[in-house]
Amino acid sequence: MLTQEEVSRYSRHLIMPEVGVEGQEKLKAAKVLLIGTGGLGAPVAMYLAAAGVGTIGLVDFDVVDVSNLQRQVIHGTKDIGKKKIDSAEETMRDINPLVKIIKHDVALTSENALDIMRDYDIIADGTDNFPTRFLINDACVLLNKPNVYASIFRFEGQATIFAAEGGPCYRCLYPEPPPPGLVPSCAEGGVLGILPGVVGLIQATEVVKLILGAGEPLIGRLLLYDALAMRFRELKLRKNPECVCATGEMKLIDYDHFCGIVKQPEPPPLVNEIGPKEVKAMIDERKDFILIDVREPHEFQIGRIPTSNLIPLGDLPKRMAELDPNAQYVLHCKMGGRSAKGCDVLRAAGFKRVLNMTGGITAWSEQVDPSVPKY
Amino acid sequence: MAKILIPTPLRQYAEKNNSVDVAAGTVGEALASLTTQFPDLRKNLFNDEGKLRSFVNVYVNDEDIRYLQKDATPVADGDTISIVPSIAGGRC
Repeated sequence: MLTQEEVSRYSRHLIMPEVGVEGQEKLKAAKVLLIGTGGLGAPVAMYLAAAGVGTIGLVDFDVVDVSNLQRQVIHGTKDIGKKKIDSAEETMRDINPLVKIIKHDVALTSENALDIMRDYDIIADGTDNFPTRFLINDACVLLNKPNVYASIFRFEGQATIFAAEGGPCYRCLYPEPPPPGLVPSCAEGGVLGILPGVVGLIQATEVVKLILGAGEPLIGRLLLYDALAMRFRELKLRKNPECVCATGEMKLIDYDHFCGIVKQPEPPPLVNEIGPKEVKAMIDERKDFILIDVREPHEFQIGRIPTSNLIPLGDLPKRMAELDPNAQYVLHCKMGGRSAKGCDVLRAAGFKRVLNMTGGITAWSEQVDPSVPKY
Repeated sequence: MAKILIPTPLRQYAEKNNSVDVAAGTVGEALASLTTQFPDLRKNLFNDEGKLRSFVNVYVNDEDIRYLQKDATPVADGDTISIVPSIAGGRC
């Protein structure tokens, strides 16, 4: 039964025959779990709360960082440093105090996933990494719960519903994850701030439709959205008869291991690395060496080390001829990952004196020159 | 000619092109022509045995080639071939 307060609040739903009192009561009775309260989770959480979804669970262990605010609109400047689930809850309560919010302040793991997810009707995956996406998929298959899925990269989004009754699962589409390093992450590749808003609301729409049992759910269809072209396309997804979801062999596994993420003990210090402070000392002492910045030109514009030379990692093989293989080189990027690859490229080409600056320009900003902005 | 759509994460290996037109009779020929033109794409699309990687799917129009004739799936003039890699981003 809806209260008088609820009738007033949801009146624009109640006067639509597709929702009506019956639909609004379904929304009120529904329990939806949002995994991740970042770019995608933010709009999903805000709109589902506004729409009157009765119980909304949030899973996140992260805290709000200033670089999140470009897209994670559920968090504000005042929330920097706060737990994302606390900040999200506060915004949702302000939007709609009538919904029940359950906070799960943990990282989802093979050990806790089934217990956390069991009590919900629908799961919305708004995470940012392959191990968790496979874990959510597998747990949804085991629990027989639909996984309303979306992912984003730069200007592109994908959305669909996995593990719905009779429909395909994530593994039917992608049996295995990419090996680490082959596909760039959002932190490396960037993302248009508005993109998760659009794609997250496609997710929220599908959640609401599943609850109402209205319309044509996005099951067996992969929706692709290209913001630059402003084009939506749709591909057919089929349940793969050979997939573990069909053969009944599904069980939760070690997903980090599955995704090739090896937990390494502290690596021994390499002679191939150098810290930012030592690089600064080499510059001050006018040591004879060449500093190469392997980031992209648009990153170089954000901030740079004055004596550096820009050669983006992708251009390095082509521009090798400009470089003296006998000279001393120090390479840096944003965090140290790309420049390590750059060092490998040069060493493979016979360059003997190549050092990677650890921590990249981020560490330079922290340890040497705070006037260089971090991004 | 068929049009191959290059997804954002792979454009850096294809000189930033978002689509490439190829003359080909099958999907296999189309991808061979693409990776000849852009050799850096090869290791992102195929494993060491030359098989399509399991986190990359290829569609002719809206149909997954795994459910057609895989590499031998015929391609007609005006068809669109989509390369769809898995992307993880969302919370980030």
